[in-house]
Amino acid sequence: MREKILSYIEHNSRIDLEDLAMMLGTEQAMIVNELEAMENEHIICGYPTLINWDKASVEKVSALIEVRVTPQRGMGFDKVAERIYNYPEVNAVYLISGSYDFMVSIEGHTLREVADFVSAKLSPLDSVLSTQTNFVLKKYKDHGIIMAEKHVDEREKVSL
Amino acid sequence: MRNPLNKTITEIKPSGIRKFFDIVAEMPEAISLGVGEPDFDTPWKVRDEAIYSLERGRTFYTSNSGLKELRIEISEFLKRHYDLDYDPLTEMLMTVGGSEGIDVALRAMLDPGDEVLIPQPSYVSYEPCTILAGGVPVAINLKEENEFRLKPEELEAAITDKTKILIMPFPNNPTGAVMEKADLEPIVELVKKYDLFVLTDEIYGELTYTGSGHVSIASFPGMKERTIYINGFSKSHAMTGWRLGYVCAPQVIIQQMTKIHQFAIMCAPTTSQYAAVTAIRDCDEDVANMREEYNDRRRYLLNRFKKMNVKCFEPYGAFYIFPSIAEFGMSSEEFCTRLLKEKEVAVVPGTAFGDSGEGNVRISYAYSLENLKKAMDRIEEFINELRG
Repeated sequence: MREKILSYIEHNSRIDLEDLAMMLGTEQAMIVNELEAMENEHIICGYPTLINWDKASVEKVSALIEVRVTPQRGMGFDKVAERIYNYPEVNAVYLISGSYDFMVSIEGHTLREVADFVSAKLSPLDSVLSTQTNFVLKKYKDHGIIMAEKHVDEREKVSL
Repeated sequence: MRNPLNKTITEIKPSGIRKFFDIVAEMPEAISLGVGEPDFDTPWKVRDEAIYSLERGRTFYTSNSGLKELRIEISEFLKRHYDLDYDPLTEMLMTVGGSEGIDVALRAMLDPGDEVLIPQPSYVSYEPCTILAGGVPVAINLKEENEFRLKPEELEAAITDKTKILIMPFPNNPTGAVMEKADLEPIVELVKKYDLFVLTDEIYGELTYTGSGHVSIASFPGMKERTIYINGFSKSHAMTGWRLGYVCAPQVIIQQMTKIHQFAIMCAPTTSQYAAVTAIRDCDEDVANMREEYNDRRRYLLNRFKKMNVKCFEPYGAFYIFPSIAEFGMSSEEFCTRLLKEKEVAVVPGTAFGDSGEGNVRISYAYSLENLKKAMDRIEEFINELRG
């Protein structure tokens, strides 16, 4: 049941809970309880909204930064990650396999802002060996949702 | 000038759904729950395979029977899913949708005057195809109290010396009814006793919501030799526009069907057949995901009607529910017309699928939850107004 609830709210966190209960053949109260429990257990970490900023005529610049670091003695990568993810500009930090260590996603209002963050805050960190900044030119799909076009029902009337 | 037309075809009535949708077409704002095709896109890997086949220049005819590689995959699929054992080379024909299979099977099997038993409500093509093949359609009126399943006594009462074929339209469009193993057993006995053939239209087989899953009548001992099994990709793999189905039957029947198919069609669409290899081989999980989502919507609609206190048996197949509107004292057609005009929601009158559909309407849940909810809110309003 938890998995079903999660798979629905992952795609639509605003789903009407009464509707969801009817689809899953259960009571609304049960769903409310489960959601609360999962929030407490930090299985559900938040309910953000997916926004196509390009269409909102708000200037946004985002970048994916590849970061190589030296892990700190006794604490591994987690301590370094913490130094990075605590900056509010940082959207996401992933520890990854491959030729560098962290993938850091950051967002700013201008190119300058992003560049300043990298040169003034990220690069000077003790454990950071090198960074490579990749600016996002266009976002096609995010969170499983295609940003470009809204799906329209093109089915024609047919006798069946 | 002479009458250019054939008498038989001019006497056949156009489909009842068609007429209804002509009205819907004039109301662009109406929410429709009328369409009988999946709202999902064909899985991307299938579309991708089609593009690849075009890039490779695979644009020729296939053999009349269809792409051999595909038939082999289908035979594996049928074994894996329904415990059916068909030789891909001699007992299978790829057709232009399941509907071509129905037409060609009837034409290959019927002599003038042969009777075909058609449980109704059911898909609109069985009756006209029977007539066009020179046969005589005989309706078996299924009952709501039996959840629109076919009962042995109903079948036996309809059998005459002239009966040759029983059509088995399960999981059913428009009722969503299924026939489980225990329902099929007595039917199988009668089919053997009266030496009948069964044309089983299992196009919705993958969309079955019983715990035990779909059971094919062809899988019963002694039934393979008297069964014409119809299936296709339209419903299960959301591939309606690809026009691809298949028929499995004893070799003697497939041989004659292949003649008709060869003269009338040549072969099923080549691009679709290449894409279908991927669909049948690699898409079990995609199909399962779609089935799960349909099932959630099915439960949603059932619970909505339950809350409204509208009588509705629980259907376990396809993507339709078939609630009763008998309590409102009007015909199905009148109910649907008023619902459309007053609340701008289109559902299909049960009578479009046979007289025994009177008193019910077909609601398709091949729509997003958002759409279903909006439509159900309006239906609820309508019903509350009718009840006063």
